[in-house]
Amino acid sequence: MFLKLHQKLEKKSFGLLLGIIGVVSVGGLVEIAPLFYIDSTIEQVEGMRPYTPLELAGRNIYVREGCYTCHSQMIRPLRDEVERYGHYSLAAESMYDKPFQWGSKRTGPDLARVGGKYSDEWHKLHLEDPRAVVPESIMPPYKFLSERKLDYKSMSAHLNANRKLGVPYTEEMVELAVSDLKTQLDEYADDYDGFLARYPKAVVREFDGNSNKISEMDALIAYLQILGTLVDFDTYEAQKDENLR
Amino acid sequence: MTSNIRKTYFKEDDSLIVIGLILVLGFIWSLFAAHPTDAPGMIYPTLEMHGFMMMGAFLIGIIAIVFKLSDGLPKFDQGEYQDDVIKAGVIATTFWGIAGMLVGLIIACQLTWPNIFYFESLPWTNFGRLRPLHTSAVIFAFGGNALIATSFYVVQRTCRTRLAGGMWPWFVFWGYQLFIVLAATGYLTGVTQSREYAEPEWYVDIWLTIVWVAYLLVFLCTLAKRKEPHIYVANWFYLAFIITVAILHLVNNMALPTGPFDAKSYSLFSGVQDAMTQWWYGHNAVGFFLTAGFLAIMYYFIPKRANRPIWSYKLSIVHFWAVIFIYIWAGPHHLHFTALPQWTQTLGMAFSIMLWMPSWGGMINGLMTLQGAWDKLRTDPVLRMLVVSVAFYGMATFEGPLMSIRYVNALSHYTEWTIGHVHSGALGWNGFVTFGALYCMVPWLWKKKEVYSLRLVEWHFWLATIGILFYITSMWVAGIMEGLMWRAYNDLGFLEYAFIETVSAKHISYVVRALGGGLFLAGTLIMAFNLRMTVKGKGGAESLEGDVPLAKKPVIPTAQPILVGE
Amino acid sequence: MSYDVFAHFVKMGGTVFFTGFFVLTIIYALWPKNKARFERAAQLPLLDDDHPEV
Repeated sequence: MFLKLHQKLEKKSFGLLLGIIGVVSVGGLVEIAPLFYIDSTIEQVEGMRPYTPLELAGRNIYVREGCYTCHSQMIRPLRDEVERYGHYSLAAESMYDKPFQWGSKRTGPDLARVGGKYSDEWHKLHLEDPRAVVPESIMPPYKFLSERKLDYKSMSAHLNANRKLGVPYTEEMVELAVSDLKTQLDEYADDYDGFLARYPKAVVREFDGNSNKISEMDALIAYLQILGTLVDFDTYEAQKDENLR
Repeated sequence: MTSNIRKTYFKEDDSLIVIGLILVLGFIWSLFAAHPTDAPGMIYPTLEMHGFMMMGAFLIGIIAIVFKLSDGLPKFDQGEYQDDVIKAGVIATTFWGIAGMLVGLIIACQLTWPNIFYFESLPWTNFGRLRPLHTSAVIFAFGGNALIATSFYVVQRTCRTRLAGGMWPWFVFWGYQLFIVLAATGYLTGVTQSREYAEPEWYVDIWLTIVWVAYLLVFLCTLAKRKEPHIYVANWFYLAFIITVAILHLVNNMALPTGPFDAKSYSLFSGVQDAMTQWWYGHNAVGFFLTAGFLAIMYYFIPKRANRPIWSYKLSIVHFWAVIFIYIWAGPHHLHFTALPQWTQTLGMAFSIMLWMPSWGGMINGLMTLQGAWDKLRTDPVLRMLVVSVAFYGMATFEGPLMSIRYVNALSHYTEWTIGHVHSGALGWNGFVTFGALYCMVPWLWKKKEVYSLRLVEWHFWLATIGILFYITSMWVAGIMEGLMWRAYNDLGFLEYAFIETVSAKHISYVVRALGGGLFLAGTLIMAFNLRMTVKGKGGAESLEGDVPLAKKPVIPTAQPILVGE
Repeated sequence: MSYDVFAHFVKMGGTVFFTGFFVLTIIYALWPKNKARFERAAQLPLLDDDHPEV
């Protein structure tokens, strides 16, 4: 019976097509589908929250400039990596990342926990002229980020798209996206407390040191400074049943 | 079933009108997309530029169709093969090959001499924007055009029938070029999804989907109207390539744009699911685009050039089903030691190692086809190029399973070793098999006796081979060295090296790599010249008069050895 | 169906499915009756000429 079937498959081009679809579908379904049992795939941690509007804008610049082509954001549970970069990365830490930025190449170092490791000034100098800070660096210069104004007018649409795709932004967060973005650059803003209530642990300051202008540099540094700092590892128990996979 | 589709929905006579309608719809959409914006800094690249580009492209298409229709509906002579679209594909393959390799050389130089090759005031020349341009240009523009052109050639010859669909093959060709131009200009201006090898944004993805469905229909309907009872095995590989790439493309690019006329979109999945989907795609882009598709080239052009049937047709059947079955499972080896559940990683590793067997089965099948005719390797540099490509395929498919073993991967992942690995596959396997197919097809299509100069083919072969060796050996050295340096400890139990020390240690390797890439590009330029002169009918490319059956043509060089410098 | 059951099914089922599939492919390729067809098919690249059959 099988032989007849196979001969038919070959004789009929459409049958061959269906045969191929059948064979290649299995592997994909089997490997990807189980991951959508999210509770068993993503650890239970405290501290994760969606990106603030400024961080999200910075993240989009990170994506736009193709930083992922040289920097990973995925620390593997290997001794040297944990000592060099910090606690190995959890699935929970990228649960709001659309798209993920784990990367595949380390021409530069991993950035999963770069947040808080360097000062804003260092980041600004380094991004503007990498070799002024690290002489052997082979990173491209990003001086134009300091010069270009950040286009934040459409921020609500960006939060809203994420919201529709399951990122837990509230309606309030979507509405206040533009003002929240400005608040994060100004410690004396009226809505400072409300902003921090919406986005706990957010860092509020003038990131690029220039208060005259909201630049792309502001956004990118805000994003870099939050990387890997959100999960509370004091309360995270790696050996708990629900965290073992 | 397929015949019904062909006769009902894919009529040759109507093809021009249906294509025209698609272009008109595209034109209307691009009218809206090309709205000028007052965004101050253009942080999220707007659709404006691409809107105008699409408007122009669709308008040119519509005008061309109107001109064509003014002479009445076109007639398609079933007594002739559709070769013009293949000729266009050959030219596009050569052009994009040079472009993609040139960008590769530039970014290799950027990493080697950053002070010379970076321009502070030109953001679009930065590595992060040029790298996707390089990968997409060589994989999709060079490789993709080669696959479309050769598949149109092979399916017609082995089915002994003209391409189905009337004007649709031309729609596939020009639609695909538009996709390439949109993708490339998008990367330069920062329009990217940052999904490796699937960077184009949602609207470019939709356009590619339309083009790809047309491609599938052309191919499938040609198979359906074949004059041979059997479908030759090369066509199975082509069909698996076309349909699987369609599935991968649709699943991996699911995203929600921020607005119907915004360039930016957000991925439907996030984090770990997103990573798994992307590398399921990424790995199978290698498996079905760069392997299955190019194996189809091997299964036609090596037997044809050597003038003897494939060594074992039975083996090719087993090879086909085993390759497509196993490949699809192997994606998770890109995510060893990450936050992906470990059972998925293990499964991916097991199937990656199993993949070694069918890969080498295919390699043996290709190499052994030369059995009894090994002397041709000495006399025919084109055949040698094809055969060496199979040897590189064997090498890359041995290295791949090795690198997918968890503890080898712990060392090799994130390093230059991976870069070396993909280039032994891309330059050695995909590059050489494509060059071989081009050297075969150009004289056949333009009805010439042989290429302009086989001596130049020798030059191409040796320059490219030496280039590849420089490339992969330097990347082995760099990759294993940096992998070991990252995990080196000193006597006191601290990490021995700062990260930047591992960067500067790679400088010499980078110089050698750039040199290797330069040699490979030089070879490709020689090929372009050689093919140009062949089309012009110079040198050995004498015109063949009348309709000589191909099988009787002296496509195989005579037994006199042709030596460099002779 | 719980996650563990599903994952187990995937791991075992994948292996069994593949082995069975592979064996069937080999049987088909080696089946004596198919020999003539394959030999004819293998000649296809060498038979072609400048014109399609009409």
